[in-house]
Amino acid sequence: MKHTISVLVENHAGVLARVAGLFARRGFNIDSLAVGVTDDEKISRITIIADGTDYTLEQIEKQLNKLIDVIKVRHFENHELLTRELVLIKIACQPSQRAEVIALAEIVKAKISDITANTMTLELSDSVDRIKNFEELLRPYGIKEVVRTGSIAMQKGGVSMKL
Amino acid sequence: MAAEKMTAAQAMAMALKAEGITTVFGYPGAAICPFYDELYNAGIHHVLVRHEVNAGHAASGYARMTGRPAVAVATSGPGATNLITAIATAYMDSIPMVLITGQVSSEMIGRDVFQEADITGAAEPFVKHSYLVKNADDIAVVFKNAFYIAGSGRPGPVLIDVPFDIQKTEIEFEYPETVNIRSYKPSVEGNKLQIKRAAAAIAKSERPLICAGGGLFTANAVGLMRELAERANIPVVNTMMGLSSMPASHPLFYGMIGMHGCRAANYAINHCDLLILLGARVGDRAVTAINRLEGATVIHIDVDPAEIGKNLSVNIPVVGDLKNILAVLLTQVENYDHYEWLQQLTGEKESQDKPTVKPKDGCVNPKEFIRMLGKSLPDGTVICADVGQNQIWTCANINLENGRLLTSGGMGTMGYSVPASVGAKAASPNSEVIAICGDGSFQMEFMELATMRQHGIFSKIIVMVNNRLGMVREVQTNMYGDRQIAVALDGSPDFIKLAEAYGIPASRVTDISQAQQAIDALLAAKESYLIEVVVDENEKTIL
Ligand SMILES: Cc1ncc(C[n+]2csc(CCOP(=O)(O)OP(=O)(O)O)c2C)c(N)n1
Repeated sequence: MKHTISVLVENHAGVLARVAGLFARRGFNIDSLAVGVTDDEKISRITIIADGTDYTLEQIEKQLNKLIDVIKVRHFENHELLTRELVLIKIACQPSQRAEVIALAEIVKAKISDITANTMTLELSDSVDRIKNFEELLRPYGIKEVVRTGSIAMQKGGVSMKL
Repeated sequence: MAAEKMTAAQAMAMALKAEGITTVFGYPGAAICPFYDELYNAGIHHVLVRHEVNAGHAASGYARMTGRPAVAVATSGPGATNLITAIATAYMDSIPMVLITGQVSSEMIGRDVFQEADITGAAEPFVKHSYLVKNADDIAVVFKNAFYIAGSGRPGPVLIDVPFDIQKTEIEFEYPETVNIRSYKPSVEGNKLQIKRAAAAIAKSERPLICAGGGLFTANAVGLMRELAERANIPVVNTMMGLSSMPASHPLFYGMIGMHGCRAANYAINHCDLLILLGARVGDRAVTAINRLEGATVIHIDVDPAEIGKNLSVNIPVVGDLKNILAVLLTQVENYDHYEWLQQLTGEKESQDKPTVKPKDGCVNPKEFIRMLGKSLPDGTVICADVGQNQIWTCANINLENGRLLTSGGMGTMGYSVPASVGAKAASPNSEVIAICGDGSFQMEFMELATMRQHGIFSKIIVMVNNRLGMVREVQTNMYGDRQIAVALDGSPDFIKLAEAYGIPASRVTDISQAQQAIDALLAAKESYLIEVVVDENEKTIL
């Protein structure tokens, strides 16, 4: 089962290596990992999507908590979460196809971020499933490059994950 | 203490003094020279080992005797990487330790310059925490935190890597009085409700059992564990790391569990209705003995929440410092009688002892020798058991009444016993300290005889000579049709002459009739002494 884990860590050099190393060493599979600084610049937030049983999940949480630089670990059920990922997709696109692609982008609320004589780069921020779906829709045009950020997640409603 | 101007190297030495460190174990090199110069000035006693790994193992022995973090020092590159096995060994057994390494100058890091090794990276899987000091002003806080982290919660090794230029940088030094690491607050008090549930489970149980592990020593809670056992008449078994927490002849003690444990202990763990795990992580070697725990209630008291439920499912978890928790638990536990259960276990214990097998001519039954040694030891003796058959012979037969047993439990690191004995002896100069090893392990560590001689740290040594890597030989005999490869130790030196070369008197025991005399000579010796015990190459580990 996929689990979403949010980790608040000290914003030091080497912390990401420790967290990633722990996953590798203990045989936990990471599907996606995204990291960025929080409103407090001394704290970064790592969002990890990992695959594993409940036992694995419990061990992940406990072992993460043992890392000295880890301040807080939370695991969320998917229904509690607002999950987003950003993707940039560059496709082959002849002038004759532009209108069609623009229409497609409008439907999914993607942005056209760059355009050349025969390529177009689209940008979409959405859930992982919808991003995958969008990628499939664009595949027939010829995908030249895809870059995804990895998911970030936040609890729905008024609660927040603070220290 | 007001801030003082000094180099970071001097600050490092001052930090050690502030932590009460009087002895360090190490091996120098250019990258750590500024710090060594300040060790010289500060008058901190430095024990020069003959290989960095042994600085780590000696610090381990020292820390286990003092209960406080001990210090090992090495230079950059190969010096630092040579420490790694000792770091991993300490990590697996939760030994508090601060390791200080020199590093190439900051501006050179990452360029693969001479003797550069990313030691914080390389040691990451085996440290509780590590620091690469990039700003000399951080020295005081880094040292303060390192000692605190190493010694608190579940103890472990902490590595501090200090680049050469940083050591030479002038700073304002003031050692902090308090520690505040917001992301590290180990639980100390146990959950009151869980303790209450534990007490209720003890009251209800007909066949309770305490499994005592190495965490009892770390928490300094051995006495409280015995009090609990005696108050409620609960039998006690040990993991290997917990050995010597109960006097061997104690009527409530039933021995060591696990694949190398004894029958009564394994019977107890499979027939109890309540298992109380105290500071025991129940590693796989211990768990293999447990095959029918279903139905039994399990209480697990440990300082590391990650250990609870990792290897065994637990009904009543209590996270925190064992000493605090046992003290609270004792206020809620009454005197119970478990007469039938104890009778049952005693029956198992009495029937487990097999008659001593007479070995072939010119050889000694090692179990008989160890039992004889155990009976001769003065109070407070520290036994350092190495790894291999010799470790199991020692652990299962030494029967310490009052003393300490130190061994590499989690990592099973050959070459641990002699350097650990050096550290233990340095920490407890008035105790008898004896390393017991095999002829294979001894040849990984005998360079430390020079350290003993040079520094007057006179621990003693018993080498079980079977001319084999015995434990591996046994695996080959049992599982690979006795096709013995790479287990014969032909070419080994005469250990008696070797000891003599270091100025250490020695004797060889080839028949059990000579054993007591040799043991008496070893115990009477004011300085080091070595006994070589000749053992049949086909001797079994258990039975
Ligand atoms: C550093 C290290 N290398 C290899 C091993 C694997 N190993 C475990 S026991 C053993 C044999 C030990 O031989 P010896 O020290 O002579 O003791 P004996 O088993 O004969 O008593 C070996 C090689 C180990 N535990 N540690």
